[in-house]
Amino acid sequence: MTQSLLTPSQLSRRSLLRGAALGAGVVTVPGLLAACSGGGGSSGGSGGAKQQNITFGSNYSDPTPMKALQAVVDGYTKKSGNTVKVNTVAHNDYQTNITRYLQANPDDVAAWFAGYRMQFFAQKGYLEDISDVWSGLNGFTDALKAASTGADGKQYFVPIYNYTWALFYRKSTFQQKGYQPPKNWDDYIALAKKIKADGGVPIGFSDQDGWPAMGTFDYINMRKNGYQFHVDLMAGKQSWEDQKVKDVFGLWASLFDQGLYQPGANGRTWEQAGTSFAKKEVAMVVFGTPHVALQTPQADHADIGITPFPIIDEANGTDSVEAPIDGFMLPKKAKNKEGGKDLLKYIGTPDAENAYLKVDNSNIAVNSNADTSGYEQLQKDSAALAASAKHISQYLDRDTRPDFAQTVVIKAFQSFIDKHSKSDIDALCKSMQDQAKAIFSQPVS
Amino acid sequence: MVATPVPTAETTAPRTPAVRRGRRRRRRLETRDIIVLSVVVGLTVIIDLALIWGTSIASIFLSFTAYEGIGTPRYVGTTNYHNLFTIDPTFWPAFEHNVLWLAFLGLVATPLGLLMAVLLDRQLRFSRFYQSSLYLPVTLSFAVVGFLVQLVGSADQGVINAILGRTHGNGIDFIGNPHLNIWLALAFAGWRHTGYVMIIYLAGLKSVDPALKEAAIVDGASPVQTFFRVVFPTMRPINVIILVITVIEALRAFDLVYVINGGRNGLELLAVMVVDNIIGEASRIGYGSAVAVILLILTTGFVITYLTQILRREESR
Repeated sequence: MTQSLLTPSQLSRRSLLRGAALGAGVVTVPGLLAACSGGGGSSGGSGGAKQQNITFGSNYSDPTPMKALQAVVDGYTKKSGNTVKVNTVAHNDYQTNITRYLQANPDDVAAWFAGYRMQFFAQKGYLEDISDVWSGLNGFTDALKAASTGADGKQYFVPIYNYTWALFYRKSTFQQKGYQPPKNWDDYIALAKKIKADGGVPIGFSDQDGWPAMGTFDYINMRKNGYQFHVDLMAGKQSWEDQKVKDVFGLWASLFDQGLYQPGANGRTWEQAGTSFAKKEVAMVVFGTPHVALQTPQADHADIGITPFPIIDEANGTDSVEAPIDGFMLPKKAKNKEGGKDLLKYIGTPDAENAYLKVDNSNIAVNSNADTSGYEQLQKDSAALAASAKHISQYLDRDTRPDFAQTVVIKAFQSFIDKHSKSDIDALCKSMQDQAKAIFSQPVS
Repeated sequence: MVATPVPTAETTAPRTPAVRRGRRRRRRLETRDIIVLSVVVGLTVIIDLALIWGTSIASIFLSFTAYEGIGTPRYVGTTNYHNLFTIDPTFWPAFEHNVLWLAFLGLVATPLGLLMAVLLDRQLRFSRFYQSSLYLPVTLSFAVVGFLVQLVGSADQGVINAILGRTHGNGIDFIGNPHLNIWLALAFAGWRHTGYVMIIYLAGLKSVDPALKEAAIVDGASPVQTFFRVVFPTMRPINVIILVITVIEALRAFDLVYVINGGRNGLELLAVMVVDNIIGEASRIGYGSAVAVILLILTTGFVITYLTQILRREESR
């Protein structure tokens, strides 16, 4: 911790010196600059030609991820001697503005998500092919490479980590009250009812941000109808009016009807729900690992239990795990593509992942050569869960078209949280299917 | 216009010996005038055409297409409008909320602002203090106001629930309940609008000739009659401005709800739909343009109807 705190201050001193050098008009003396950048040496992969200035667009706006990303950047600047300017934007705003950002004036490297959400932009021609960067990378599985590949078979994305979605609980509370993590849906309901009878709030829930509820929908859907149905539904090949989808909403509604959810989800942000979990105000929560870990003090991380989302149909078991991959891409309109590729090449190394995960220990490495010896228990459990999966899904808003996820699904789920009688569900499914039909009838590019 | 400066030029230069030179000078001035005028007027016209008419016409054009921001827009006829009216569950709530917003600002906040202005115009003690405190919200951006709404209305951590003593999971959900959040948003929008209207009316009231009021009182009019029959009608230019401001404020309402919850779940507004579709990750520019066109028709509809009425009355006078 102390070490990683030291690094940024060293960097800032170094860049300050560099800035002073530029200001004093000694740009013409490269020797002095080299002396200033000191320590790291010139063993960088860029061949030590001329120094590059690279800009880096980031949505890692929460304190821990921001610091972790800075550690990656520091590692890169030290190795290559290039300067990197990180432009951080609040993550929801970054995502909202991504289309305009990629079209207008993007940075040389931009943070994004793997899977369909990236392929959509690749297909629209906003991204630069980085297959040449990939040819130099190793330690990634075929599945990871596939998640970084566009519809045209070329790579457009370099992953840095992933994280698993699951059901989280507090070990100490469960031990104290004699609760068992639920194996299947009936256990889940029975346990939640028991917690309620004991005076607790069984399941924490939030959806003011629009995306947190998607995790629960995905899991009920994949447990009930299987992974392939999820993929087809997201691709617009299955109807939202299908009885299978109505069943998913029906099961979900039973959690509301029996009062097992923390009320008022539409008025609660994910941070607030995460805080409720950290303060033991709610017993369980369905979230991604970082959403829980970032809101819980480090000392309590060992007390966080993680269990797969309960089984609904034995035929599917818990074979699907939702494990979104985050990473970086090279916008087609980037000004310094050469520098961007060099930075992406570094991000694809185990060193970069190690630097990141040393600071932000709520995620897990994707490069098989990364150092996992420093993992805390939560990370080990999370990695084991991901490794056990037969199918890895990305997340509803990463597995389908953004114009559908952002303008239709968010509102539909919020309306479902508000009203969920059988007739409401029928009307909702019809409305979603009507809109899906209109949107999916438009070609992507 | 062009001819007026000419005599001035000649009178200020009486010592000009030859008529020819005078003429030449006159002609030169005229050309300069023409250049200046065409630059000044031309620029304004160009800016007006490009930024107002150009974009409006482009929106109307794009609303009949499917367009993602790059490439060529594909003509899809009235599909966007058809989808808006029939299958988009957001459109009608958004439309109703805009009308509600207009009704609330027009019938509650604006009269309240007028009332404050009349009261403060009476040289009360501490009147400056009241003025500033009522005007203060206007200086806050809607982003800040939206943040205040969250602080006040949150179910777990909000001020209202803390005062009511409902903090332990049984708080009233002012932000998440789609039947409550619109009223909280309206209250804050009205809070800001009242101060705005007040300051404009206050200036208007100061400019009303006191002799008019005195004459009315001498003729035996009550204070209420004096105000409604004499003072209010003399402020007609101000009234027009206030009306236009109110309509525009109500129909372009966006930032407040966007900050509260992204303009969803009970806080849908037309302007939010425009932004979500055009600027958001979705990038359905044709579809968003269709919403923008409806918003344009609504806004200009209100304003044009009122202005033509005013102008007609002016002519008949």
